[in-house]
Amino acid sequence: MKRAERVQAIPPSGIRRFFEIAEEMDDVISLGVGEPDFTAPWAARTAAIDSLERGRTSYTANRGMRELREEISTYVRRWDLDYDPDEEVLVTTGASEAVDLAVRSIVDPGDVVAVPQPSYISYVPTVTFAGGEALGVPTSQADDFALTPEALREAGAADADVLMLCYPNNPTGAVMTREELAEVAAFCREHDLIVLSDEIYAGLRYDGEHTSIATLPGMRERTVVFNGFSKTHAMTGLRLGFALAPADAVTAMNRVHQYTMLSSPTTAQHAAIEALRSCDDAVEEMRTQFDRRRRFVISRFNEMGLDCFEAKGAFYAFPRCGGDDERFAEELLRERNVALVPGSVFGSGGDGHLRVSYATGMAELKTAMDRIEAFVADQWSVA
Amino acid sequence: MDEKRELLDLLRHSARESTADIARQLGIEEARVEALVAELEDEGAIRGYQAIVDWDAVDEERVTAMVELNVELDRETKYTDISARIAKFPEVSDLKLVSGDYDFAVEVSGDSMHDVSMFVSERIAPIPEVTQTVTHFVMDTYKERGIEFGDHTDDDRLTYSP
Repeated sequence: MKRAERVQAIPPSGIRRFFEIAEEMDDVISLGVGEPDFTAPWAARTAAIDSLERGRTSYTANRGMRELREEISTYVRRWDLDYDPDEEVLVTTGASEAVDLAVRSIVDPGDVVAVPQPSYISYVPTVTFAGGEALGVPTSQADDFALTPEALREAGAADADVLMLCYPNNPTGAVMTREELAEVAAFCREHDLIVLSDEIYAGLRYDGEHTSIATLPGMRERTVVFNGFSKTHAMTGLRLGFALAPADAVTAMNRVHQYTMLSSPTTAQHAAIEALRSCDDAVEEMRTQFDRRRRFVISRFNEMGLDCFEAKGAFYAFPRCGGDDERFAEELLRERNVALVPGSVFGSGGDGHLRVSYATGMAELKTAMDRIEAFVADQWSVA
Repeated sequence: MDEKRELLDLLRHSARESTADIARQLGIEEARVEALVAELEDEGAIRGYQAIVDWDAVDEERVTAMVELNVELDRETKYTDISARIAKFPEVSDLKLVSGDYDFAVEVSGDSMHDVSMFVSERIAPIPEVTQTVTHFVMDTYKERGIEFGDHTDDDRLTYSP
């Protein structure tokens, strides 16, 4: 069957080979999972059950239930984000859909989207599907994986149309300070870039408060913010996210949304309302557990000689393996039954690193770290 | 959260953590962990370390009952006098003064229902201040001290995800 060129242009996922190896193995401890090992707070789950029992199985408004948009509008004020629930909030089927809607409603064929790397693996394909051109902007451990105006300039992003951001970052766990974001914001204003800011990990920051670039002077009108319930509320399977943007941008995104998704799952929207109303304590408990695991994992990597950047957000550590990261990941999986993701999968700047998800229980995490330590000691020479 | 609170919270989740692992998780020195644990033990904040056991999983015959206890006080006798007497019995695993319809909630364990019944009738009921006992035998345990029982440990997530 014929396939569209822009689909054929997308290479297979860099981790597919590892999937296939892992599927044939038993007793694999996976640190390759980008989702919490916790389940959604029980109150949110009971709200979902209740909505089904009451037969609330119809479509909702395209933009999402007004009740939920109001809760979202209140929720994001903790990060100084102020958006009108009627005009400037769009409920989407996961933050992934929000990213796709924004790209499709903003990017014209041939437009250039600057994507800092390493970054979440879906950004570049999303841009390609929309007919845009992704421009990789390398970040490095020397800069704590923060994006800098120099890196943007050197990569040629001054001529780009859009900048994609993801802080706290997947896969590095890096965060950006208000001052660092202010420099990037100045670059965007100077060169008239629209910013798509994926802040799905905003609630998982461990060293202070999250700053959204949309709160910086002159940025609200040129920024779309994405967030959702998958990571902080452990609701990955419920597929619910949202976008915040000026009314005209939300209207444009909703135009695409209403012809593709129509509306996001009603059950999940009921769960999300309850999640925002009563689950802050449950979220804080999960954040506390992640924080402890973060310190543990980073400490263990440094002790075993794999230099580990001090991630301050999300739930990933990003140690240097001191060699070919793909070979490290494959040998570790085959010989010590630990699955993690080679950093090079996430683009330039990820080479020689490993993405290690600590969204796994402490007991398994300890066993996995012991296995990695034995692997490094017996079979791997750190360059 | 201060260091002591954070340490207590961590031990409440798992008291089996090694000093080194606790130090890594809290981001402090091992010596500091040891000093804090010693302080908390000296202060009486940490009273002991126990496993939470699902006896059904080891096919161990074990019977537990929750006993409601009403008592009558006089000028010379306080709740603490009665509790001191009851707490000494090894069959009593938990003893709490509660508000409501009865005074003490007592958890009693034994090898059989007969053992537990005999203990309540021969050791607790005859205490002069005790006016009434109501014994509820535990038929099954689904959650104890925050830990759910049963097989909920399967991780059905994908091995890899974005």
